[in-house]
Amino acid sequence: MNIILWAVLPYASILTFALGIAWRYRYDRYGWTTRSSQLYESATLRWGSPMFHFGLLLVLGGHATGLLIPKVWTEAVGISNHTYHLMAVFLGTVSGICTVAGLAVLLCRRWLVRPVLKATTTNDHMMYAVLAATLALGLLATVRANTIGDGYDYRETVSPWLRSIFLLRPDIDLMATVPTNLQAHVLTAFALLAVWPFTRLVHAFSAPVGYLTRPYVVYRNRDGLGPARR
Amino acid sequence: MRVMAQLAMVMNLDKCIGCHTCSVTCKQAWTNRSGVEYAWFNNVETRPGQGYPRTYQDQQRWQGGWVRSARGRLRPRAGGRLKRLLSIFANPKLPTLRDYYEPWTYDYEHLLSSPPAQQTPVAQPISQMTGRPTAITWSANWDDSLAGGNEVASGDPILARVSASVRLEYENAFMFFLPRICEHCLNPSCAASCPSGAIYKRVEDGIVLIDQNRCRGWRMCVTGCPYKKIYFNHRTGKAEKCTFCFPRVEIGQPTVCAETCVGRLRYIGLMLYDADAVAQAAATEHDTDLYAAQRSVFLDPHDPSVIAAARRAGIAEDWIDAAQRSPAWDLIVRYEVALPLHPEYRTMPMVWYIPPLSPVVEALRDTGHDGEKLGNLFGAVEALRIPVRYLAELFTAGDPAPVEAVLRRLAAMRAYQRRINLGDPPDESIAEAVGMSGEQMQAMYRLLAIAKYEQRYVIPAAHTQTAHTLEGRATGCSLDSEGGPGMGGRINLLTWNGNDRPEGLFPPRKEPV
Repeated sequence: MNIILWAVLPYASILTFALGIAWRYRYDRYGWTTRSSQLYESATLRWGSPMFHFGLLLVLGGHATGLLIPKVWTEAVGISNHTYHLMAVFLGTVSGICTVAGLAVLLCRRWLVRPVLKATTTNDHMMYAVLAATLALGLLATVRANTIGDGYDYRETVSPWLRSIFLLRPDIDLMATVPTNLQAHVLTAFALLAVWPFTRLVHAFSAPVGYLTRPYVVYRNRDGLGPARR
Repeated sequence: MRVMAQLAMVMNLDKCIGCHTCSVTCKQAWTNRSGVEYAWFNNVETRPGQGYPRTYQDQQRWQGGWVRSARGRLRPRAGGRLKRLLSIFANPKLPTLRDYYEPWTYDYEHLLSSPPAQQTPVAQPISQMTGRPTAITWSANWDDSLAGGNEVASGDPILARVSASVRLEYENAFMFFLPRICEHCLNPSCAASCPSGAIYKRVEDGIVLIDQNRCRGWRMCVTGCPYKKIYFNHRTGKAEKCTFCFPRVEIGQPTVCAETCVGRLRYIGLMLYDADAVAQAAATEHDTDLYAAQRSVFLDPHDPSVIAAARRAGIAEDWIDAAQRSPAWDLIVRYEVALPLHPEYRTMPMVWYIPPLSPVVEALRDTGHDGEKLGNLFGAVEALRIPVRYLAELFTAGDPAPVEAVLRRLAAMRAYQRRINLGDPPDESIAEAVGMSGEQMQAMYRLLAIAKYEQRYVIPAAHTQTAHTLEGRATGCSLDSEGGPGMGGRINLLTWNGNDRPEGLFPPRKEPV
């Protein structure tokens, strides 16, 4: 059972994700879009969407720091476990609440504003369920373990396990003692990763950073192949 | 000097009767699909009026076009690159459907299924957004021909700029129609606003297009375009715009709107321009100098040095020849009667307009004067401040002098031709009064009044090895073509029913051996 949960499933989901993204990019660039609903309703979106997205960027940054940077590294540069913990709890809780609140605003809007609801596909509903579950479980784990409880150091278990996945030597024993709540969060996160390429979430990979360095006006040849002349 | 060719359109507003044939045929050809019900690549609005979408010309509110910084550099009014990216999660300046209108259909089923009753059954309007009964409160030309009167037309942002005393009289004074398509600007602010770089200007003919495969639906272009001629397809999540009917013009046919224009008021021709001079001209300090600045980037296709430079730039001989015969060149530069729409937006628009003289003539006639007599007309152009001020706000950033000059030329042409029509000898002094020769006057008259199809539309075909596929595009279903804004027939993941194998969504099947 542990092998399936902590080795087979992660790899299956990563594989689905990678192949799915490649397939989508190759065969469905026309469907690659945010499919914004701002045209229907703008007032609520202007609050909910930035709250959710900026919160999520912070959350992702926090995950990258917590999961990918080994504990010994942060301790080596002089950040004590206690300092790190305080920072993580504070930033994690604030950004987590921001993200979840933003998502709540967006979901309420999606269900209550009729044109928006009418433009929502089954695919979207499914994706929102997985996304909301992941975020809620994540926030719950942070709040419960670190503020109400006496703190759980995932950097001793979850982080090395995830790194072991990437190093192709999955150390499944590390996950056995992790609290159920956190285990569930990890599993839904991998589920989210697996459905990602087949939902509107793909727009996350369109972050238009090239805009910052590109000339304002783009020129192209008629055949669409030639590069800009200017 | 870097010579580039640009397809330009000129519309003679005196001839527009507001029949909306251009809008309807354009819609049938391009936006007759779900997701773009509200999109009118071509629309005809009544001036004074709020336009479509409502009050789009109020750039304080909608933030379209460019602004010139104190250091003389241009940046999109809605903000530069960094600001655009920071507001990417919710575009603060996006018009919603309320500013366009809520598309609707009718409950036709009820007409057939209604049981026998005392009253004739009525088809209720149903909102296409909610699927529920709705009350229709606005549409693309709700204020057509000043419908709604003062209450609606007073929302016109242009009217707000002319003084209050003349505003009260406008209703008695004048009204005209303004057909609008995408301006295919030399300095397009929509392209500048696109974070994905999906909007591009074609090197060959200057047509501005959206790459449907690169558009990610950030909606910044809708804000960036001061003419609000980019529409967001809410089904596919991609932006769409007027394509200048590129599948047609590539084989030498005029756009659908021009082809079907009942008044024959549209002209299509090439303009050669110096691409290197555009940025500087668009950054001219004073708004009122922008009209002259834009004219200064146009290159005389008869000038041998320009012809040589055009050849060096790879422009084909038949394109240079077409530029020399271009009605756009004649109307913009030779006769100086066409003006750009809102040069103050600094996008260097390429659909130009001959301002209407009719309001002046009508006002004269209403006061019992001879509306065709030159002295009367000249006097009236100067005396009737209302139309001139208003037209100047539309076409010359508020400077009345160029508008007056155009109206005087049109007035002179009327008077000159009337003498000929009545069998009197032509009066050269009339032509000289507006700085033209009698010969020029006649040529201008022919172009404006009786020009044939081939003179109104001088469109060189595209040079391509795939001419036959272009033919198929122009005559087949325009929506199915790759790269077209429609591609209505194309299936993506969002519109796939999950059963069949739509082309393009899967790798081609290997033939069984």
